[in-house]
Amino acid sequence: MADQDLTQELCERVRVAAKSGTPLCIRGGGTKDFYGRQCAATDVLDVGSHRGILSYEPTELVLTARCGTPLREVRAALAEKGQQLPFEPPAFGDEATLGGVVAAGLAGPRRAFAGGVRDSLLGVRLLNGRGEALQFGGQVMKNVAGYDLSRLSAGAMGTLGVLLELSVKVLPKPAFERTVVFALDEEAALERMKALARSPLVITATAHDGESLYVRACGGERALEAAEQALGGDPLPESETFWQSVREQTHGFFAGELPLWRLSVPPATPALHLGPSFIEWSGAQRWVFSDAPAETIHTAASAHGGHATLFRGHDGAVEVFQPLPEKLMQIHRNVKQAIDPVGSFNPGRMYSEF
Amino acid sequence: MTADALRPANLEEPRQLGEAEKRDLVAALRAILPGDALLIDDEALRPYECDGLAAYRRKPLLVALPETVEQVQEILRTCAARDVPVVARGAGTGLSGGAFPLSNGVLLVMARFNKILEIDADNRVAQVQPGVRNLAITEAAVPLGLYYAPDPSSQIACSIGGNVAENAGGVHCLKYGLTVHNIQQVKMVTMDGELVTIGAQSLDAPGFDLLALVTGSEGMLGVIVEVTVKLLPKPERAQALLAAFSTVEQAGDAVAAIIASGVIPAGLEMMDNPAIRAAEDFVKAGYPVEAEAILLCEIDGTDAEVSEDIMRVRELLLAQGATEVRTAKDEAERLRFWAGRKAAFPAVGRISPDYYCMDGTIPRKNLGAVLRHINELSDEFGLKVANVFHAGDGNLHPLILYDSATPGELDKAEDLGGRILELCVEYGGTVTGEHGVGIEKLNQMCSQFDAAELTQFHAVKAAFDPAGLLNPGKAVPTLHRCAEFGAMHVHHGQLPHPELPRF
Ligand SMILES: Cc1cc2nc3c(=O)[nH]c(=O)nc-3n(C[C@H](O)[C@H](O)[C@H](O)COP(=O)(O)OP(=O)(O)OC[C@H]3O[C@@H](n4cnc5c(N)ncnc54)[C@H](O)[C@@H]3O)c2cc1C
Ligand SMILES: Cc1cc2nc3c(=O)[nH]c(=O)nc-3n(C[C@H](O)[C@H](O)[C@H](O)COP(=O)(O)OP(=O)(O)OC[C@H]3O[C@@H](n4cnc5c(N)ncnc54)[C@H](O)[C@@H]3O)c2cc1C
Repeated sequence: MADQDLTQELCERVRVAAKSGTPLCIRGGGTKDFYGRQCAATDVLDVGSHRGILSYEPTELVLTARCGTPLREVRAALAEKGQQLPFEPPAFGDEATLGGVVAAGLAGPRRAFAGGVRDSLLGVRLLNGRGEALQFGGQVMKNVAGYDLSRLSAGAMGTLGVLLELSVKVLPKPAFERTVVFALDEEAALERMKALARSPLVITATAHDGESLYVRACGGERALEAAEQALGGDPLPESETFWQSVREQTHGFFAGELPLWRLSVPPATPALHLGPSFIEWSGAQRWVFSDAPAETIHTAASAHGGHATLFRGHDGAVEVFQPLPEKLMQIHRNVKQAIDPVGSFNPGRMYSEF
Repeated sequence: MTADALRPANLEEPRQLGEAEKRDLVAALRAILPGDALLIDDEALRPYECDGLAAYRRKPLLVALPETVEQVQEILRTCAARDVPVVARGAGTGLSGGAFPLSNGVLLVMARFNKILEIDADNRVAQVQPGVRNLAITEAAVPLGLYYAPDPSSQIACSIGGNVAENAGGVHCLKYGLTVHNIQQVKMVTMDGELVTIGAQSLDAPGFDLLALVTGSEGMLGVIVEVTVKLLPKPERAQALLAAFSTVEQAGDAVAAIIASGVIPAGLEMMDNPAIRAAEDFVKAGYPVEAEAILLCEIDGTDAEVSEDIMRVRELLLAQGATEVRTAKDEAERLRFWAGRKAAFPAVGRISPDYYCMDGTIPRKNLGAVLRHINELSDEFGLKVANVFHAGDGNLHPLILYDSATPGELDKAEDLGGRILELCVEYGGTVTGEHGVGIEKLNQMCSQFDAAELTQFHAVKAAFDPAGLLNPGKAVPTLHRCAEFGAMHVHHGQLPHPELPRF
C-alpha cells in the first residue's frame, strides 16, 4: 500500500462524529483487538491507511512516521541502518502499526534495560476530540515546553485521541547478541536475576520459563566475551529466535488454556505461586495462567506494590485493568474530558468509566 | 544583577488580597504550622524573592515551610478555600522563574522535606522526599554500588522535587535519559488537598501515564511530596576523551559521526572558543585555548566495552579532522577534563559582569548552522555569546554576556535570548530543553505552539486545578498574551511566524 496523508479526512470525520455524538473505534492493524476491553463504539475510524515514514535520520536517532505505518516497515528501515526500537515492541501480527504499538504501550524483553514505549516517544501529532491536529513534543531528545501530552498518550489505548504522527527515539542495534541458559527453579532464578540486575554487565533481557533462566547480553565482541566469562551457563544457539518467541508469545509457555494475566511488580518480589508463570524483565513482569478471581490476582500484585492486567482469555466486557483509587479515577476522567470532551474515542476500551 | 529589574509588563498581576483576608489567612496557617515554619516579616521573605532567574524579583505574601504531608494538604485546603494562589519551591535554582513568587500568594517551600526514606537495593529504587538534593541521592546509593543517573550541573544544590517539576537533565542524559526516564512514582497533593500516588513501585502503572504528564509540569498540577527514583548499577569504568577542532562545524559533524557509529557516549559536551578560554582561565583544566571548539566525550560501561568504544571514537574524531585527541590517562585527568565544563557557567561569570543563560534544543544536524546564526545575532545586538552545550542531545546553552549597570543591556540580552529561542523553533527544535518555561519563555511559547495547542494545555491544567490556583501565570501563556507578543513583533517589523494565527 502506498504512503498517504489522511490528516484532513481524519480531522473532518472526528469533527462530524463529535457533533453528532457518535463515538468512534480507532483501528490501526487490528492486531491487538484481544488486548484491553471491547470498544463500546460501533463506528470504526480506520487509521491504517494514514501511513508512511516521514523522516528518518540515523545520526539524529529519530524516526517520524504516520500512525498507520506497519511496524515491519519501521523495523526494516531501522535494520537497514543498523538501528532498532529500544523497547522491542511485540507486534502480535503482521499488520501491527506504529500507532497501535504506541497506543497499546506494550514493550518486549528489553523493557527493563532500555525503557518502555513512553521512554522512546519524543513527540506526537494528536488529533483531539475537537478534531484539531495538535503537535506535542517534537523530534529532539530534550524538550520541556508545555505539558508532556505525547508520553501521556503512550499506553492510553486510543482513549485520548488519534496519534496521527509519532516521533520515536531509536538506538543502534548492538553488534552482537548472545544468550546463556541456566537450569534453575523459580526461586533460584529470581535470586540470580536480582544479582545480575545490580551488576554492570551488558545484559539486555532475562526470562524464566519455569525450568530455565535465559540471560541475553548484547554489545561489542570484547564486551560479550567478558560478559560470557562472568555469566557462565550454557550457550543458546538460537538467541534471536528465542527472544522473538518470548516477545510475540509464540513460545510454548503461552499456549495455555486459562486466562493469561500480566503482573507488573517490583523486580525483587518473591515467587507468587498463582499458577504456571513466565518471568521477564529481571523479575518485574510475570505472566501467569490462572482462573482465580480477579480480586485474588489484583491483591497478590498490589500486596507487593504492583498491579495486574487480564491480558488474554477474556470476553472484553469485564474490567481488564486493575481498578484505580477514586481520586486517581477522577483525574483520569478530567484528563479524558480535557482532551476528548464529548467522549468520541474508544469508549470503554480502557475502563468502563470512560 | 540589579535588585529591582522587575519588568511588570512580562508578568501577570495576581488578585489583590485585602488586609482582613490576609489576617484570616495568616491565622489559618498559624493553626497548621509551628512558629518557625511561617515567614511573614519583610526581612525573612527577602531570600525568596527570586529563583535562579535573578533579574525578576517580587516578595511573596508569605512563606510556608511545611514538614509533613498533612501540613501540605492543610495548607492547600486553606488556600483553596480562600482563593489564594500557591507557588511551590524546591531549592530555588530554577533558571526560568518557575518558582517566582506571587505578592498575594503563598510560597510553599519544600526544603524541610529533606529525608531519604528508603534505599531498596534489590529493587534498585530510592524513596526520597522532594527537598532532597539531587547529588545526595547518589551519595547515599554509591556504597551499595548504585547511583542516580540524571546529573544537572546544579546537582549539589537543586532538589529532586524541582528536578521532577522541571524534568531536569544533565550530561548523562544522552545515554541515561531525563528525569522522566529515571523516576517510577511520585506522591502528589492536588490543589484540593488530596494525596494521590502516581506511577508505581513496578515499571508501569495502570491507567494513563500521569507520571510523564506531571514530570516537567513546573509545579502547575500538584505539589510533589515524595519521589521514587530508579537507581542504576555504577558502571565498572568511565573514560573520557577530549578532542580539539578548528571549526565548530567540524565538531558538530564529529558528534553526528560518533552517534552514527553506534556508540552512545555517557556524555558528549561541546564548548566554543569563548567558553574554552573562560573555563581555562578559571580552572586550568589544560584545555587547548586556540581551538575553536572542543568536544568532551565520556564512555562508560564494563572495562571491555569502554576499551572497545574509546578506540573507535578516537579514530573517528581524528578522521573528522580533530587537531588533537587526548585520552584521560587516569581518573584525576578525567575529572580535570570535566572540571572545566562543569565550571563553565561561573567561569563565564568571571569574565562578564552578568550573563543570561539560554536553553533551547535543536536537531543535532543543524548545530553548525544555528551556531553561525547565533554569531550573527551576537554581532547584530553587540553582545558576546559563549556557548557550552549538551552536544549529544542538541541542547544549547548560549550564555549572553552583558552588564546590568549599562542601561538597556538587560533588555537587549533578553531580546537576543528570545531571538535565539525562536531560531531553535525555526530549525525544528524547542524553546526549552531542560530549564522550563517559567515566566521567562512565555512569549516564545507563542512561537512554538498555536492557539489550539495552548488551549489544550490550559484544559489539561484545569483537569487538575480548575480554579487555577497552583503557580498561576507560569509555563503556558494565555492567548491574550500571545496576541500582544505578536503585535509587539509586528511593531518592530520582525514577525517571526507570519503563518501563525494572531488571536
Ligand atoms: C548553575 C546552574 C546550573 C544548572 N544546570 C542545570 C542542568 O544542567 N540541567 C537542568 O535541567 N537544570 C539546570 N539548572 C536549573 C535548575 O537547577 C533545575 O531546573 C532544577 O531542577 C530546579 O530545582 P529546584 O529544586 O531548585 O527547583 P526550584 O527552582 O525551587 O523550582 C523549580 C520549579 O519546580 C517547582 N517545584 C519545586 N519543588 C516542587 C514540588 N515539591 N512540587 C511541585 N513543584 C515543585 C517550582 O514551582 C518551580 O516551578 C541549573 C541551575 C543553575 C543555577
Ligand atoms: C597510540 C596511543 C596513544 C595514546 N594517546 C594518549 C593521549 O593522547 N592521551 C592520553 O591520556 N592517553 C593516551 N594513551 C593512553 C591510553 O589512551 C589510555 O591508557 C587508555 O585510556 C587506555 O585505554 P584502554 O584501557 O581502553 O585500552 P586497552 O584496552 O588497554 O587497549 C586497547 C587497544 O587500543 C590501543 N590503545 C589504547 N588506547 C589508545 C589510544 N589512545 N590511541 C591508540 N591506541 C590505543 C591499545 O594499544 C590496544 O591495542 C595513548 C595510548 C596509545 C597506545
